[in-house]
Amino acid sequence: MPEPTEPTVVERPTDAVDGLDTGDFVQRRLGVGFWLAVGWVFLIVGAALLAPLLPIGDPEEIGAGPRQDGPSWAHWFGTDSNGRDIFSRTIWGARVSLMVGFVSIVLGFLVGGLVGVVSGYFRGATDRVLSFVVFVMLSFPSLVLFLLIISIVGQGLWVVSLTLSVLVVPSVARLGRAITIAFAEREFVAAARLLGATNRRVMVREILPNVLIPMAALLLLGLGLTIVAEGGLAYLNLSVAEGFSWGKMINLGASPRTLRSAPWVAFFPIGAMFLTVLSLNWAGDRLRQYFDVRELGIGSR
Amino acid sequence: MAGSGTAHLRTADDVVLRVENLVMEFPAGRHQVVHAVSDVSFDIRRGETLGIVGESGCGKSTTARAIVQLPAPTSGRVLLDPGTDREAELTALEGEGLRQVRPRLQMIFQDPISSLNPRRRVRDIVAEGLAIWEGESGDEQVRAKVDEVLEAVGIDPTVAANRRPHEFSGGQCQRISIARAAVLKPEILICDEPVSALDVSVQAQILNLLEEMKSRYGLTLVFISHDLSVVRNVSDRVTVMYLGKVCEVGNADAIYSSPAHPYTRVLLASAPEPASTVDESESAIGDEIPSPIHPPSGCRFRTRCPRATDRCATEEPVLQELAEDHFVACHFPS
Repeated sequence: MPEPTEPTVVERPTDAVDGLDTGDFVQRRLGVGFWLAVGWVFLIVGAALLAPLLPIGDPEEIGAGPRQDGPSWAHWFGTDSNGRDIFSRTIWGARVSLMVGFVSIVLGFLVGGLVGVVSGYFRGATDRVLSFVVFVMLSFPSLVLFLLIISIVGQGLWVVSLTLSVLVVPSVARLGRAITIAFAEREFVAAARLLGATNRRVMVREILPNVLIPMAALLLLGLGLTIVAEGGLAYLNLSVAEGFSWGKMINLGASPRTLRSAPWVAFFPIGAMFLTVLSLNWAGDRLRQYFDVRELGIGSR
Repeated sequence: MAGSGTAHLRTADDVVLRVENLVMEFPAGRHQVVHAVSDVSFDIRRGETLGIVGESGCGKSTTARAIVQLPAPTSGRVLLDPGTDREAELTALEGEGLRQVRPRLQMIFQDPISSLNPRRRVRDIVAEGLAIWEGESGDEQVRAKVDEVLEAVGIDPTVAANRRPHEFSGGQCQRISIARAAVLKPEILICDEPVSALDVSVQAQILNLLEEMKSRYGLTLVFISHDLSVVRNVSDRVTVMYLGKVCEVGNADAIYSSPAHPYTRVLLASAPEPASTVDESESAIGDEIPSPIHPPSGCRFRTRCPRATDRCATEEPVLQELAEDHFVACHFPS
């Protein structure tokens, strides 16, 4: 029996991965901005989820106040040309905006991530076929695709979300493939195959845990993108037909006349969207840098 | 040098691994081909340690990877337990068939950090082989086996099992890699430069550990290294490779006491403390190692060989027996 010849565990400063557990350390590295951004995202998501329970007016009530009235105590964000309360509408509008953004980015990451991991792990013919499909999807004019699907299937919440997710898939697949390739060439993957692990087991146990974290950081950036995309589509009246989102509200307030006489109609939904997307981008970017530097050696820095 | 030929293969019935005419070529773009390994043959008897030496880029690691079919070689045969009822021709297997025989042949890699998945705990890493073939790493039996093998490699399971690889030093990571390979009780353990990335002080510990594991688990070792002194310490038999070919094969004592191939002599003379059997001046060979895309004709070593003649450019030397269990591929052996 050999004696343990070296000290059994090398003590290293906790700035390794489990630094995540120590809030102190994360604060130092991720910065105050990160936590402000996370705070804002939680605030807006919480408000959207709890909208029916909050003591705010009915967003669809016409004539809740005077028409195109500026911000006041009774109506914090003012009213629109139908006299509807913009504060209430901004909170309710977040529901559709966030829902479409969230569903589409999550679906896009699931499908794109799967395609990317499979493509990067197997390489060869599988990779060539999948990469070609991804390439075609990237080259296809997205607005045309969107119009096509909407005009055929309709403007339901799920149709819009699914269509947006289709647009997310190719970029995510490329990213997932790149990260997977970086890990698939490491020796621990070869070791797992030598032990007799099936391809599926190698992908799930060895590759996925390593790919997930950098992908999760990018999920936040992607969520910002899909929220903006939904806003753009809503502005063009191409998004969800039922209800309303920030994009639709911006559309209502965006005529030159309204902008001049009642800028708050468009300004508040724009502001809410801007702050949300800014927060998501900020938090996502900080997380991406955080993980890139520590483990991957891919991406920037 | 350049040895092709199979004269050195043995017929003993306890041969556990036989590699025949292994060729590994990679496309290098523009219709060019890298001849990484060209017609290499060797065999290993049960309980033996075969050392493979050669400078960087000579195809040692590629040979190791080709043996375990990661990736499979361009041509040639790799046989496990040839001539017995457990015979398996790895090069003829694929998919599920190959997976079934994989546990019989394990490997240790050069980079200890990259060998371990940063996201998994040591217990799960070492238990992976058992988890694939017997049961999950939480099972009582599996836990006991993992603890046992961790102790065998000198890692305290009570302290280490729930930690992740980044908390360990390179030497400890290599111990964990050895535990992971040994837990399935393989017949053959291929060690691809297992100590090259470690501090000299740790190298000896890992080499000793490999010796202990060899006797404890009845392993047969293939030990690949560019470091002759390391190979000499651990090997019973040595194969010297140059640019994808075998130069000289024989028992370790014969190779070191009477090196016959000019390249072997160069290697021995280049060591920090040259062997007494060669003169230090013999280490002076010109030129860089030729490109494996356009290897020299005839003997691949002729461009750097002090004894090269016209014959070496046209006729490739074949491995021939020089003495008992000592083969050399050279037209003008010493």
